[in-house]
Amino acid sequence: MTKGRIRARIRRSHLYTFGCLRPQTTEEGGPHPLQLHGPGYSRTVYCNQPLIHEKKSLFYCNNNISTTKYNVLTFLPKALFEQFRRVANIYFLLAACLSASPISPFSPLSMIAPLAFVVGLSMAKEALEDSRRFLQDVKVNNRKVSVHKSNGEFVPRSWQRVMVGDVVKVEKDQFFPADLLLLSSSYEDGICYVETMNLDGETNLKVKRSLEATLSLDNDGAFWDFSGTIHCEDPNPNLYSFVGNFEYERQVYPLDPSQILLRDSKLRNTDYIYGVVIFTGHDSKVMQNSTKSPSKRSTIEKKMDHIIYTLFTVLILISFISSIGFVVKTKFQVPKWWYLQPDNIEYQYDPKKIMLAGMSHLITALILYGYLIPISLYVSIEIVKVLQASFINQDIQMYDEETGTPADARTSNLNEELGQVDTILSDKTGTLTCNQMDFLKCSIAGTSYGVRSSEVELAAAKQMASDMEEQDTESDLSNFPMIKGRVPRQNVRRAEEIELETVVTSKGDEDKRPAIKGFGFEDSRLMNGNWLKDPKADIMLLFFRILSVCHTAIPEVNEETGICTYEAESPDEGAFLVAAREFGFEFFRRTQSTVVVREKFSASGGVVEREYKILNLLDFTSKRKRMSVIVRDEEGNIILFCKGADSIIFDRLSENGKMYLEATTRHLNEYGENGLRTLALAYKRLNEQEYTEWNNEFHKARTAVGTDREALLEEVSDLMERELILIGATAVEDKLQKGVPQCIDKLAQAGLKIWVLTGDKMETAINIGFACSLLRQGMKQICITLDSDAVTNDRLEVVKGNILNQITNAAQMINMEKDPHAAFALIIDGKTLTYALEDDMKHQFLGLAVDCASVICCRVSPKQKALVTRLVKEGTGKTTLAIGDGANDVGMIQEADIGVGISGVEGMQAVMASDFSIAQFRFLERLLVIHGHWCYKRIAQMICYFFYKNIAFGLTIFYFEAFAGFSGQSVYDDWYMILFNVVLTSLPVISLGVFEQDVPSEVCLQFPALYQQGPKNLFFDWYRILGWMGNGLYSSLIIFFLVIIIFYDQAFRINGQTADMAAVGTTMFTCIICAVNCQIALTMSHFTWIQHLFVWGSIATWYLFLLLYGVLPPKYSKTAYQILIEVLAPAPIYWTATLLVTVACILPYLAHISFQRCFNPMDHHIIQEIKYYKKDIEDRHMWTRESSKARQETKIGFTARVEAKIRQLKGRLQKKQSALGVPSPTYT
Amino acid sequence: MSSSGAAGAGSTDSTAARRNTKRPKYSKFTQQELPACKPILTPRAVISAFLLVSVVFVPVGVASLLASRKVVEIVYRYDSKCIPKNVTNKVAYIQSSADKACSITLNVTKHMKSPVYIYYQLDNFYQNHRRYVKSRSDEQLRKRGEENETSTCKPEDMVNGRAIVPCGLIAWSLFNDTYSFSVNKRNLTVNKKGISWKSDRNHKFGKDVFPKNFQNSSIIGGAHLNESIPLREQEDLIVWMRTAALPTFRKLYGKIEEDLKEGELINVTLNNNYNTYSFNGKKKLVLSTTTWLGGKNDFLGIAYLTVGGLCFFLALAFTIVYFVKPRQLGDPSYLSWNRNPGGH
Repeated sequence: MTKGRIRARIRRSHLYTFGCLRPQTTEEGGPHPLQLHGPGYSRTVYCNQPLIHEKKSLFYCNNNISTTKYNVLTFLPKALFEQFRRVANIYFLLAACLSASPISPFSPLSMIAPLAFVVGLSMAKEALEDSRRFLQDVKVNNRKVSVHKSNGEFVPRSWQRVMVGDVVKVEKDQFFPADLLLLSSSYEDGICYVETMNLDGETNLKVKRSLEATLSLDNDGAFWDFSGTIHCEDPNPNLYSFVGNFEYERQVYPLDPSQILLRDSKLRNTDYIYGVVIFTGHDSKVMQNSTKSPSKRSTIEKKMDHIIYTLFTVLILISFISSIGFVVKTKFQVPKWWYLQPDNIEYQYDPKKIMLAGMSHLITALILYGYLIPISLYVSIEIVKVLQASFINQDIQMYDEETGTPADARTSNLNEELGQVDTILSDKTGTLTCNQMDFLKCSIAGTSYGVRSSEVELAAAKQMASDMEEQDTESDLSNFPMIKGRVPRQNVRRAEEIELETVVTSKGDEDKRPAIKGFGFEDSRLMNGNWLKDPKADIMLLFFRILSVCHTAIPEVNEETGICTYEAESPDEGAFLVAAREFGFEFFRRTQSTVVVREKFSASGGVVEREYKILNLLDFTSKRKRMSVIVRDEEGNIILFCKGADSIIFDRLSENGKMYLEATTRHLNEYGENGLRTLALAYKRLNEQEYTEWNNEFHKARTAVGTDREALLEEVSDLMERELILIGATAVEDKLQKGVPQCIDKLAQAGLKIWVLTGDKMETAINIGFACSLLRQGMKQICITLDSDAVTNDRLEVVKGNILNQITNAAQMINMEKDPHAAFALIIDGKTLTYALEDDMKHQFLGLAVDCASVICCRVSPKQKALVTRLVKEGTGKTTLAIGDGANDVGMIQEADIGVGISGVEGMQAVMASDFSIAQFRFLERLLVIHGHWCYKRIAQMICYFFYKNIAFGLTIFYFEAFAGFSGQSVYDDWYMILFNVVLTSLPVISLGVFEQDVPSEVCLQFPALYQQGPKNLFFDWYRILGWMGNGLYSSLIIFFLVIIIFYDQAFRINGQTADMAAVGTTMFTCIICAVNCQIALTMSHFTWIQHLFVWGSIATWYLFLLLYGVLPPKYSKTAYQILIEVLAPAPIYWTATLLVTVACILPYLAHISFQRCFNPMDHHIIQEIKYYKKDIEDRHMWTRESSKARQETKIGFTARVEAKIRQLKGRLQKKQSALGVPSPTYT
Repeated sequence: MSSSGAAGAGSTDSTAARRNTKRPKYSKFTQQELPACKPILTPRAVISAFLLVSVVFVPVGVASLLASRKVVEIVYRYDSKCIPKNVTNKVAYIQSSADKACSITLNVTKHMKSPVYIYYQLDNFYQNHRRYVKSRSDEQLRKRGEENETSTCKPEDMVNGRAIVPCGLIAWSLFNDTYSFSVNKRNLTVNKKGISWKSDRNHKFGKDVFPKNFQNSSIIGGAHLNESIPLREQEDLIVWMRTAALPTFRKLYGKIEEDLKEGELINVTLNNNYNTYSFNGKKKLVLSTTTWLGGKNDFLGIAYLTVGGLCFFLALAFTIVYFVKPRQLGDPSYLSWNRNPGGH
């Protein structure tokens, strides 16, 4: 994107343009209108005549956007449809419909009430969530913009009423309401600056330029009789292309993307612009780019569906069994049961119409055994998730003080998915980095300056320090996998100490981070003119001059303080200029062809203003990786200043320019290792003749017409940038967001893979990779790229073959690798990715990527981000999480299993599309490792328990059928059945889902390996699910048969009464309530007063209910009248039976978990025990040792970096020892 | 998001205020830091839990078993005995109006302390059939004014357009065998008062509700009721109306309020009226004493002993196992990363 460069000053009077690279279009002989016809290019826009577009043939969609799922009219049908897409709900709906018929075994109320409750609650939640989206839309739609009404009069109008063809006037710092054609701006040459952060996440300003023909339309009045016609492409999602013609004053002009202002980008540094609306609302590119937000469901919920299907199968099975039983009974026995009056019987029992009776009984049975399907499961899960989400929202440690934003779980149905994430796909700018550069170090003439250490260094030092501490006190060497055998540890430690010293010495100044934005340098040797005293002062002078002259930035003098700030193309350049200013070389004025620098410390001592005449500027492109300026200084010398990537510069040094090559290389490696972005600086003196000759060549190349002009220019530039003399290198720190490296480290230790997808250049991305420890020295980088020439010249198959070749080669290399510590990094750029993501190649690509420790994709478009995400999601079948902050991340956020948006900065698109939003990347650790882990376990346990309790209850109904002639009679009172799911067992399970903690939050952080329980799905695998179902089956058998046998036929009271159905049913139900509630108490490991209240309260509620229900007049309580007071409570057998059944029910589970804990303890069991016995306090050392081991083996992150360093040191030591003849220790 | 800088500057105060309001309030609850007890299953806890269960269960089991053993129960099946030998069609016989008196002798094997409860037991009688259970009208039983509330009683709801009281199949099929007992020619009084639940008598069966049109339809089910006695006092009906949960059930017939001595022979004169022959149901006469646990049922005691024993065994097993292969609690070497280093 060479067009997106800043070439003008901010103030209008000083506008100028570098004409170096691109000749004006007029030079090429006038505009060539494009031939536009055929499909895809059908759009016609009549400028300034919006009324035309209200007619049918030219009607385009209006500018009203809506991201809601429902509107007032569609809410009810759509939301109901959503609710009844759940099979379970359809089933219950049918059951409720049938409940009025005599087929139903229950009263209508008992069927309809729970369903209405459950569905109503879910729908209320949907409505609430959608209304939030609606309000956001309303806010956007009602933003105001000035629209040309008529006669040159502009009136404010809300965005939603902007039409295609309208002329709008957008003012400084406003967003564009739609995709516009730029007509003119407040600048004379019709340029304007645009911030596209919401579109592609890039924060630097882009220049847009209007056609020259429309430059005159720069005031309101000019639109009095303005008219023109645009023919252009149809709406499409491609942000970087636009094809169209503009017909104006009988001339046709071709349009390109630099005249198009996109919706949701922002006008900056320009007072106002005029533009014509081309694409509105959902036609605009940004909206086209956003895919419909899919409703996401977590893995657990999907699996839960399978369980529900299983249960449905069981339900149908037992319904069939009981229907068969019923048919047999009815056919052969009921005719003999005179007490039923079989000759005068309703159709559903009629032995003479056995088919009809059988069918209707099947339906009865299907309804009757419905208790197998937990109706309240969905609603309980929803309640639990909302509460969990509110805990996430209220977590004070995920609240960002600076921006004042708390974490926000925007959709609550993915909480448990947070605990199962396998791959994180992260955006870079704004997510990992703040996109702010700090000048930190430099190497001049072979000496390194700058004492402040980078964040990476600091953290590495910290890590080393703690590791050493551990080794010092480590008594049991065999427990330490890294140093097995007899390593002479003293030496190792000494080596480390030395290293530590170098980094730790500068640790103290951590608190006084740079006061000046962009400048973190600290070294008294260079500050305050001290460099003048250095013997190499002349080289230093050159160094500073390069910094202050070799750039394309524009200074902006602050009127109050007189200090310059810089509008630079890249933040690096800004940092250089700030650095130069602080060193005493303040660049303060730029004119058409000069750069003026104020030198504070000159040999003469005074302040000198030096003017450099810019002769040529050789631009920076990602291909050239360097930029140069050729200047003539005040003495008339012609000098070429050059800065660029070290590898490029080093190739271009002259023989005598390599004086500092070795030292500089060493420093550059050091800087790179510390995560800094480096550039090498060089210069070259030219003589007049040499320059003139070259300049002629250059001029020729510049004015050449044709496609090869760029190549020609490059070639000529290349001629000049040779025989350079190296003087040094710079290192800037791409400021990471707070805590990013630590967070990445922790996440890596938790076993998560991290991919970075960025729109940035490859070099930038690699640097960031270093900065956040995704890359490190010694990691083998696999770069898969394409020659840009190859793309244009070769045929598609050749290109693809080339890429495939690279992929297979790399894969082979990984397979051949023997060293277990070897780590690979895959770096791929967007163009290559286009091919690699095609169907025939994507699996190879994915295979390679999965084998690599870190993957960085650069220059990827929003769509590609989404495609990569989909590839990972579908290719590996693992859970993916995408995190990003800009509108360019929306696709990826929506595609991933979980989308996380970074909130608190400008641009809400990502947040609006996300499932969770956090203010800082570092909160991701807490979100995943604590909340994710907890939520996963909670939900998993909760669902298992849910199925358990409903199976235990539902099957007893089935067993009873066998004893009631399969007639469809339930042994329980209707009210017991209603209350079972809704009241008596719901609160404990909700409290389990909301409050359960296997280990406290700080332990989750200390033992990141615990997180792997989620991705490995240890708590919701079929083994466990079936175990719980088996437990339910067992409990149902125990409950039913024990109670039946105990209350068989004999008297159950001392007064001789026998038990009737109400007594048996109530006892059985009491046993169920006690058993399932005791069971959940056993399942919990964390009892706050709330759990105690709910679990024991549920049992108490049952007795209380029974008491109150019994007190009601018999009209309401029917058979349960006074059942507790009069019938059951005085009978000791009732209590003894309850005790017996309860204990018998939970006994196998208790034995099982005791056995498991004893012989096969899981990690959280051990940690619970350690905590229980307070061993972590008594034996601090053991605790820290274990927590340092409790991490997944990582190849990325600090820890890996430190370990690699230790290995390296040991390797060196070993060599030394073997050289000395000492028997070498063995390494494992 | 304010779109203009000026507006942004103007609203700094309000944003600051908003910041404060957005800050989550700290409380132990919201931060999930509520004090909690975190019991864990230490070996000691497990073993003592099992031991506790066995310690509680074994005595309860023994007590129940003793109680059950203390019960003296005489069960006599009479449905086949009380059919004259020459009758081939039992159903026809039982439906006939012949005198179906029958005499049997029960041998008291053990001293039976008063009160001795008399039960009749029916087998294969589905009192819990859905059609049967529903076929009653509680309203009608309770209040005189609601005697036409018979919609749930079909087909035993009306006869000749008049409501049947008590309506429904349950009442209609009321058990009608009668027993009288004598020892050594001395009649034993059978107390039929107080065999039903008091709440039933007082609240479910009205004192002013009298049987009406009962057993007047074409088919006669079971017993007739004396139309001059209110339902409240028809205790046989009240007992019968409490439907049993299982197809085998006993219902209280009456009490003999004197001791029956060991070796005594009890003559029972019974009227074998009730038709269980159509559906091959058995009829039994049961005399039983009770204890605090009710009638004779060894199962409860055995189950208690089994569970108690099992728990004892489990406690023992765990103890042995802990001794043989002890695992120190909180021993970090059991952590997954120590058990298979590098393997996770």
